[in-house]
Amino acid sequence: MDWGRLFAIAIGAILINNFVLNRFLGLCPFLGVSKQLDAALGMGFAVIFVMTMASMVTFGIYNYVLAPFGIEFLRTIAFILVIATLVQFVEMVIEKTSPSLYRSLGIYLPLITTNCAVLGVAVLNIESSYGFIETVVHGFSAGIGFTIALVLMAGIRERIELADVPESLRGVPVAFIVAGLMSIAFLGFSGLAAE
Amino acid sequence: MSDVILYSVLSLTAMGAVFGLGLALAARKFAVKRDERVDMIEELLPGANCGGCGYAGCLGFARALVAGNVDPNDCAPGGTETANRIAEILGVDAVEKTAQVAIVGCRGGERVRPRIEYSGVNTCKALVLLGENIRECRYGCIGLGSCAEACPFDAIEMADGLAVVDDAACTGCGKCVGSCPKDIIYLVPKPQKVRIACSSLDKGKGVKAICEVGCIGCGICAKNCPVECIVLEDNLAKIDHGKCINCGICAAKCPTDSIVDRVAARPKAFIGTVCTGCAECVKVCKFKAIEGEQGGKHTVVHEKCIGCGLCRDVCNDNAITIAGALGHLPEE
Repeated sequence: MDWGRLFAIAIGAILINNFVLNRFLGLCPFLGVSKQLDAALGMGFAVIFVMTMASMVTFGIYNYVLAPFGIEFLRTIAFILVIATLVQFVEMVIEKTSPSLYRSLGIYLPLITTNCAVLGVAVLNIESSYGFIETVVHGFSAGIGFTIALVLMAGIRERIELADVPESLRGVPVAFIVAGLMSIAFLGFSGLAAE
Repeated sequence: MSDVILYSVLSLTAMGAVFGLGLALAARKFAVKRDERVDMIEELLPGANCGGCGYAGCLGFARALVAGNVDPNDCAPGGTETANRIAEILGVDAVEKTAQVAIVGCRGGERVRPRIEYSGVNTCKALVLLGENIRECRYGCIGLGSCAEACPFDAIEMADGLAVVDDAACTGCGKCVGSCPKDIIYLVPKPQKVRIACSSLDKGKGVKAICEVGCIGCGICAKNCPVECIVLEDNLAKIDHGKCINCGICAAKCPTDSIVDRVAARPKAFIGTVCTGCAECVKVCKFKAIEGEQGGKHTVVHEKCIGCGLCRDVCNDNAITIAGALGHLPEE
């Protein structure tokens, strides 16, 4: 097993090609659930969980169902189906087995069903022709990257609440500006890739 | 070519069927039993998640209700009707509780002399940490709108540096009371329409120097109150809400206009032809609104009359009627 390659995939997904700040995927929850740190953490963990699971399952579906029949063009609709089902299933299992986890994750799970970042990670796995282990690592790190962006954003927004922002910029407008600045800051990580 | 179509249709159908069945089975297998009363009660509750009951939201309150930890009428926004319906579900008796409404004990705003120019953190609490107030009055409304922000029902509006409660929108949840660092927001019974809108404990002279609408503790309201429900305490008038009849005399008499009268419209007195001119009404009227010769028919000067109804009660001939205010519901 090539640990170096896995490490590169992880760093790539977390920092260099951060899903939110560099690929601009999953912006809806990024702005919607980033008002409070607690909620952002909960959402982040839910996304990590679902992205990892979705990566595994879509890997199986693509390589063992779609590819053998030569119908790879159906991957988008098939992945949406798989992810939606998976999230529903996971929600039910968590509600039954761990009520406390359900209370902290549960409300965010339905939000992820149609999150483009989850679909994005599944598609990118296929595009990069990753193996199974690489797929899992990539999915997990993408979730971590999403969580980092979300938590950073929530921390900044909690402080902006106290700042004297011009009236016309209060609320979402200033959040957009912050998101833009963070994205520019994350561009700095692209230097990591140049060996 | 037809193979591709066949495979596509088959594989998607198969996936859909498997997932659908799987979810259906899982729903049965992992079904969590929930007390259906919780759902029924949550349906009834206002759903604003205001937290006035002390729980995180309406769902939390519904759970506490089913667990028997709280009374159905602890939900102020819901009101009596909701409480009764919840009590029906739970099979307990709802205790009547008068609806309450929040009032701001200040109507100064920009009518108070300014003291400092403030451009710091825009909340009342932050300002109080720095100093007493933006304006000279240290008791009055700061006007940065922390209460308006705290209100889950948008019932508080900031106008001219002053918080004003919209009686119709206010549900009496009490969130604003806790958000005011000056402690000048109170809950009063909803039928209480005449309220002292000042919280200053300063002496009359000091109040007069800095505020146009502050209570100067002159006691005119207390003297004129027909049911003696107003007392002066620490240079500030206080209304006993149990005794007050909302006649509005105090509000009309107040020289600084620091008593608000929220009765939508006041009626007027009318004297009928059976008037024998006993002049009892003239004696009792506090506004010199009744004119006429002794022994002749009296008339009401409607510009002066506030419709308090004192004259009707003393009229020997039952000649006086109070009428003419659309929307005036004394029993409300």
